[in-house]
Amino acid sequence: MRTIKIALAAALALSAFAAAAQTIKIGFITSYSGLNGNLGPYMERAVRLYIKEHQKELPPGVKIELITRDDTGPNPDKARQLAQELVVRDKVNLLAGVVFTPNALAIAPIATEAKVPFVIMNAGTAVITTRSPYIVRTSFTLWQSSYPLGEWAAKKFKTAYTLVSDFGPGHDSEEAFGKAFTAGGGKIVGAVRAPLQNPDWAAYMQRVKDAKPDCLMVFIPAGKTATAVMKNFADLGLKDAGIKLIGPGDITTDEELPNMGEVALGVITVHHYSAAATRPANKQFVADWKKEFGQNETPNFLSVGSWDGTALIFEMIKQQKGKLDAERSIEIAKQWRFDNSPRGPISIDPETRDIIQPEYLREVKKEGGHLANVEIETLGTAVKDPWKELQKKK
Amino acid sequence: MILYVISVGLSVTMGLMGFINLAHGVFAMAGGFILSTAMARFGLPFPLAVLVAFVVVSAGSIVLERLLYSRLYAAGELAQVLFSIGLILISMALARLVYGNLAAPVFLPDYLRGQVHILGRDFPTYRVFLIMFSALLIAALWFGVERTRWGAMVRAAVDNRAMAQSVGINTRQLFMATFALGSGLAGLGGALGADILPVQWSYPFEHLVYFLIVVAVGGLGSLRGPFVAALLIGVADTACKYWIPEFGAFLIYVATMAILLWRPMGLFGVRA
Amino acid sequence: MSGYTSDPRIRPQELLPWIIAIAAFFLLPEYLSLGARVLVYILFALSLDLILGYAGIITLGHSAFFGLGAYTAGILGAKYGVTDPFLQLLAAALAAALLGISTGAVILRTKALTLLMLTLAITSIVLEIANKASSLTGGADGLSGVQVAPILGLFKFDLFGRTAFIYCLVALFLGWLLIRRLLYSPFGAMLTGIRENTARMHAVGAPVYWRLVLVYTLSATMAGVAGALLTQVNQFVGLNVLGLEPSGDLLVMLILGGVGRLYGAFVGPVVYLIAQDYLAKQYPEYWYFGIGVLLVVVVLFARGGILGLVDQWWQALSRRSSSARASAR
Repeated sequence: MRTIKIALAAALALSAFAAAAQTIKIGFITSYSGLNGNLGPYMERAVRLYIKEHQKELPPGVKIELITRDDTGPNPDKARQLAQELVVRDKVNLLAGVVFTPNALAIAPIATEAKVPFVIMNAGTAVITTRSPYIVRTSFTLWQSSYPLGEWAAKKFKTAYTLVSDFGPGHDSEEAFGKAFTAGGGKIVGAVRAPLQNPDWAAYMQRVKDAKPDCLMVFIPAGKTATAVMKNFADLGLKDAGIKLIGPGDITTDEELPNMGEVALGVITVHHYSAAATRPANKQFVADWKKEFGQNETPNFLSVGSWDGTALIFEMIKQQKGKLDAERSIEIAKQWRFDNSPRGPISIDPETRDIIQPEYLREVKKEGGHLANVEIETLGTAVKDPWKELQKKK
Repeated sequence: MILYVISVGLSVTMGLMGFINLAHGVFAMAGGFILSTAMARFGLPFPLAVLVAFVVVSAGSIVLERLLYSRLYAAGELAQVLFSIGLILISMALARLVYGNLAAPVFLPDYLRGQVHILGRDFPTYRVFLIMFSALLIAALWFGVERTRWGAMVRAAVDNRAMAQSVGINTRQLFMATFALGSGLAGLGGALGADILPVQWSYPFEHLVYFLIVVAVGGLGSLRGPFVAALLIGVADTACKYWIPEFGAFLIYVATMAILLWRPMGLFGVRA
Repeated sequence: MSGYTSDPRIRPQELLPWIIAIAAFFLLPEYLSLGARVLVYILFALSLDLILGYAGIITLGHSAFFGLGAYTAGILGAKYGVTDPFLQLLAAALAAALLGISTGAVILRTKALTLLMLTLAITSIVLEIANKASSLTGGADGLSGVQVAPILGLFKFDLFGRTAFIYCLVALFLGWLLIRRLLYSPFGAMLTGIRENTARMHAVGAPVYWRLVLVYTLSATMAGVAGALLTQVNQFVGLNVLGLEPSGDLLVMLILGGVGRLYGAFVGPVVYLIAQDYLAKQYPEYWYFGIGVLLVVVVLFARGGILGLVDQWWQALSRRSSSARASAR
């Protein structure tokens, strides 16, 4: 895998050299090291894969050079410094990537000041796109999944308990779910916020168990924390007590499911992407991914955000024939529709520069011996960020 | 609770040997990975895999001790801190290279899952098992250190190495064995606890603070100390998260401060 | 380790860092934002050196002051419209000093591991407060929109980091002057004495505890100023300025450079941050492996840090040349 990467990088560097005049430089900032260092590669691989498969479509003579940088995790001042260098020293045409909200917020003023379009491929706090007119987001907002989840849950359950990590996205999720659930006639019987680094969930689970809600809505950052929550959920007998575990799709990411094992069965989530989705575009995407990076590798929602983000960048380049102008690029982004995304048809909201996408209700089931997020219902085909919609009404 | 089994190993190296080993979590992580590999690849049953983790980590730690640690016994605290941080970073990169980004999957045997009913309340079987196991371990260790010849030799060697050597104790071998025991216990803890504290490459750094707190609060050089501290902090932390979850994250630090200000050497610390 | 030196005059080689910094400004205009970051960390490392290297206080909680300073400046600039950079610095210094004196007075009676844990607990508590008080600090999203007025009404913080670099350089220079002055005073001698032999300092009647509290407060103040500088340069504050990680990083930088020698605080951050910057670009997924190896090597072969090595070479060299001279006679 590493050799592939090196070869790719070398090839890119060489090709960039050959056609220097027509090189589009993308400054790609994500997290490769630190506690969340596993997330960066999911994004970079998607970008590289897209470039590899679609390079032919670029106008003749135009090449893309991807300059990758490590922001080491939620580390805004490092992210800002990197963005500044990418703009000043490497003279990039575009900024892209970013896993974490604080990093995106720290980079926003640079995008504004330097007039460089900034394609956000993951960071999901609702406010980000309001911070710079040069920001376009191709990932998601937490409201987009948690709000429909609340609406759906209100039809099924009477009472709910929410458990979220104590940070921005967690607060977003708690508020979105709560608003929709209460508006639909449900009752929140309890809400608790746990520290971001929390190894043991038994105490919280006991608390939830004693409150006897119909369902428990959980949001914690994707990854092994989610596994720990699932195991504790089962260990403390909440599953047997008839409490349904639900949440935004972050809690059952595809790559983490094998680690969770049987305990995850039956968990209901709402999300925009599942690697198990049966749309042709997605089947193709997953197959290409496995071919490129190995049979045991699976793309996840970060990959899809980055894949679609790269598709948007290609659109900008193609429409402008390789000569990128910041204002024009943003205009193109606002008009952008992409029907062939692995997650279904998506577009960019011209008012907010945020993504409009379908949201699916999924259940963890066993498929061919493996656990998978099986899409069972489409809750909305073109969901705008509910937070911004609610803000407008105010 | 699992923090205790890991920390008790740290108490052995740090307390008995007087080495500030921040890299202790590395051994715990190694234990967890070995357990996962032994179970998944070689199909060993859980108890056997735990044993393998203990043995392999001990053996591996002897190599490290000979090559690196032994050079630093006489060095200052700062050098030891810096060295072990370096070791953490190296091990994290290696673990990531070998085991990839995700946590190693660990599945408990069925008899450890589910719940047991004690006095009309449900307790998770796994946790009850861990607590009982820890209690047994502490008893064995306490006996070893306080009542056997080996324990006496270790205590003598730490108090005055030159003197111990002059009365014919092979301190080199003694330290090596003690270090192996401490690291092995860490490996054991990491393996046993892998279901609660998922084993991932970032493990040594993530749980560093908890290990340190348990040892500092318990007191250096004491075996009872870390056990009581882990129990106390574990119970207080859980209770606090249950009753007043808003302050869940504060409590552990506030409690640490309060205890350390009240008893600067820790609950059962031996005066330096 | 060097400590008390009776000759307070500035030796010519002490001008070297400043010449390098000014040269960097003209020769490497594209690296100034990294440069400003390095300068901030040098000031932060200096403040740690004051207590760790000279007074022997071992801490993993120095980020509490750095972070408090950063948030003080940030909150003033983002929420209260206090945009004057000097006012922000002053407020940050005051806040950090206050926290320094109040915590120092409590914890400095302890030593070694206990002290290490207490300092760690303090910075962790401050971190949790910053996370919880999200209406003021922005919580985990960070505090954005920090307004900083042009310095003296003239120099705006620009995209290339020119203003930021010069501004931080001046601040560092002043901090360096202050510390240098302090170390060459009887106060500095007393600190070294406390580090080397506390019992004896008690015996000669020195007010050990109060001296420690004083120097701790001073160091906290400087760390607070460094934090505020970082905020002003970035116009953003994130939770990552608090907690174990920044403290640990800082400790590593300082030890790498050499503890207890004024210029170790200069060399360490430069080497560490540049190595990190370079390695992270080459091998983004595995760069900390290199940093780890560097640390282990320093501990095993260069106990006094990089400057310690330089000293050894220098001594070996001068010994050889002097013996050569002797034999020539």
